[in-house]
Amino acid sequence: MFTHEFMRNALLAGSVIALACGLAGYVAVLRGQVFAGDALSHVAFTGALAAAAAGIDTRIGLFIATIAVGTVIGTLGRRAAADDVVIGNVFAWVLGIGLLFLAIFSTSTSGGSGIEAARTLFGSIFGLSAFDARLAATIGLGCVVAMLSIARPLLFASLDPDVAAAQGVPTRLLGIAFASLLGVVAAEAVQAVGALLLLGLLATPAAAARLMTRRPFAGLALAGGLAVVAVWGGLATSYEVSSLPPSSAIIAVAVAIYTTALAGSWVRGRATLRPCARAVRWRR
Amino acid sequence: MPADIGHPSISLDLLHDFSELVAYHFMVNALLAGSIVAVMAGVIGWLMVLRRESFAGHTLSLMAFPGASGATLIGIAPAWGYFGFCALAALGIGRLAGVGRSRHVQASAGIGTVQAAGLAAGFLFVSLYSGVLGGLENLLFGTFLGISDSQVLVLAVVAAVSLALVAVAARPLLFASVDPEAAAAQGVPSAALSTGFLLLLGLAVAATSQITGALLVFALLVAPPAAAQALTMRPAASLLLSVGLALTVVWLGLGIAYFSIYPVGFFITTVAFAIYLLAALVGRLRR
Repeated sequence: MFTHEFMRNALLAGSVIALACGLAGYVAVLRGQVFAGDALSHVAFTGALAAAAAGIDTRIGLFIATIAVGTVIGTLGRRAAADDVVIGNVFAWVLGIGLLFLAIFSTSTSGGSGIEAARTLFGSIFGLSAFDARLAATIGLGCVVAMLSIARPLLFASLDPDVAAAQGVPTRLLGIAFASLLGVVAAEAVQAVGALLLLGLLATPAAAARLMTRRPFAGLALAGGLAVVAVWGGLATSYEVSSLPPSSAIIAVAVAIYTTALAGSWVRGRATLRPCARAVRWRR
Repeated sequence: MPADIGHPSISLDLLHDFSELVAYHFMVNALLAGSIVAVMAGVIGWLMVLRRESFAGHTLSLMAFPGASGATLIGIAPAWGYFGFCALAALGIGRLAGVGRSRHVQASAGIGTVQAAGLAAGFLFVSLYSGVLGGLENLLFGTFLGISDSQVLVLAVVAAVSLALVAVAARPLLFASVDPEAAAAQGVPSAALSTGFLLLLGLAVAATSQITGALLVFALLVAPPAAAQALTMRPAASLLLSVGLALTVVWLGLGIAYFSIYPVGFFITTVAFAIYLLAALVGRLRR
């Protein structure tokens, strides 16, 4: 499996991207910004197609679009979590623009537009060149370092914004920094699993980690770890079963982890609920 | 646009333009289907926006993609796939929304997971079928053109059923949407209503996305209702306004697209967004 270069590239890029996604996703889940992540995935599609229509490297459009929209969402601040209608309206329109770029792109080039759209929407991790993989891994590593360096105040500000602000933590600045970082991570993830499946790497491992532990730092580490496991599992499965596309396999593993965590928490919940329920009945 | 219609040109003579617009059967069907879709999206989207369930609505609208590709793969009519996957996802979201102590946080993460799982399945179906990839764009972005008479009929039936269901459950649903705690205290079964509404949303979305495509249903579901609610909060007026705006969006979008080479989806989302933006501005100025 490791003798193939495409596999080594995929593993290198995939592991780092997954780690960044897991970490950023966990904080996004804590902050109630999963829908913002969903919006970023659609923005990524438009950005990539705009670059394709203009004839430049799709990554340039990808990063510009996601970072710009991420920063806007961050500036909206805590309103963004509540105001899902604004996010919904904006990204529905952005998607329409993406459709326009797709049309322009397909009239300017003969064919290939469907393939480019599919690549953006569903990723092509096995198609990464050595340069692509190294670039993605470097940027991903930067995201991980940035996440870890602001992790402490960020988690504090996410879990209890009012107390954090009272203690002098710059919550607003942190929110903007995090949202921009989420934009970078989203653009990275698009290269691995594609715009449409981004939430699978962002939200699913984080949701599983959240079900397993309530301790923020343990959860953060667990989310990163689970995302990496999902990518490794998915890549290996897809390598063995060649009809299974890697993006689908990665998400399938992530969802399997989440389902297991859900079942575990359900069983634990019943175990702890029963004495409580009995006590309530007894007091009545 | 198909090649056989020549070059439609806009003359700004409204009567002439309209007669050109309805000169072809496919365009009449598109306008009919679009109008039905607009009424349904205007009503059900209004409730979705009121209940702050945009994320769930968006996720459901994406389920059309695995639905259609799955049905094509096993060789049944796509409509079954649309309705099946949307219903499945609605039940999944309804179930997950109640899990865990911090309900809100866990719910949105759960919805995201449902969405990723559905789309991953859809992509798997597409690559297994491998013949459908050329139609991927249509699947995702829809085609207002080439809607058959029977599709219009099915759409009308689904719309009638779902609107009737809304009418029956309107009072408790509105109550539970506006003030869930008070409603629960008064004995309104809000959990059942919540799942029921998600199923209804799934039904509407499944019917709509066969026309607008999986990615763009959402624009119709969210923009006109959000605009209407920004303008007035009186339920009946707001609801009517929402339907009216949705109809405007569809007619304008289809009309412009007919005289242009660019896709319908772009015009519909742009008109929808422009209306929303205007309404939000007016709403803010008046406050």
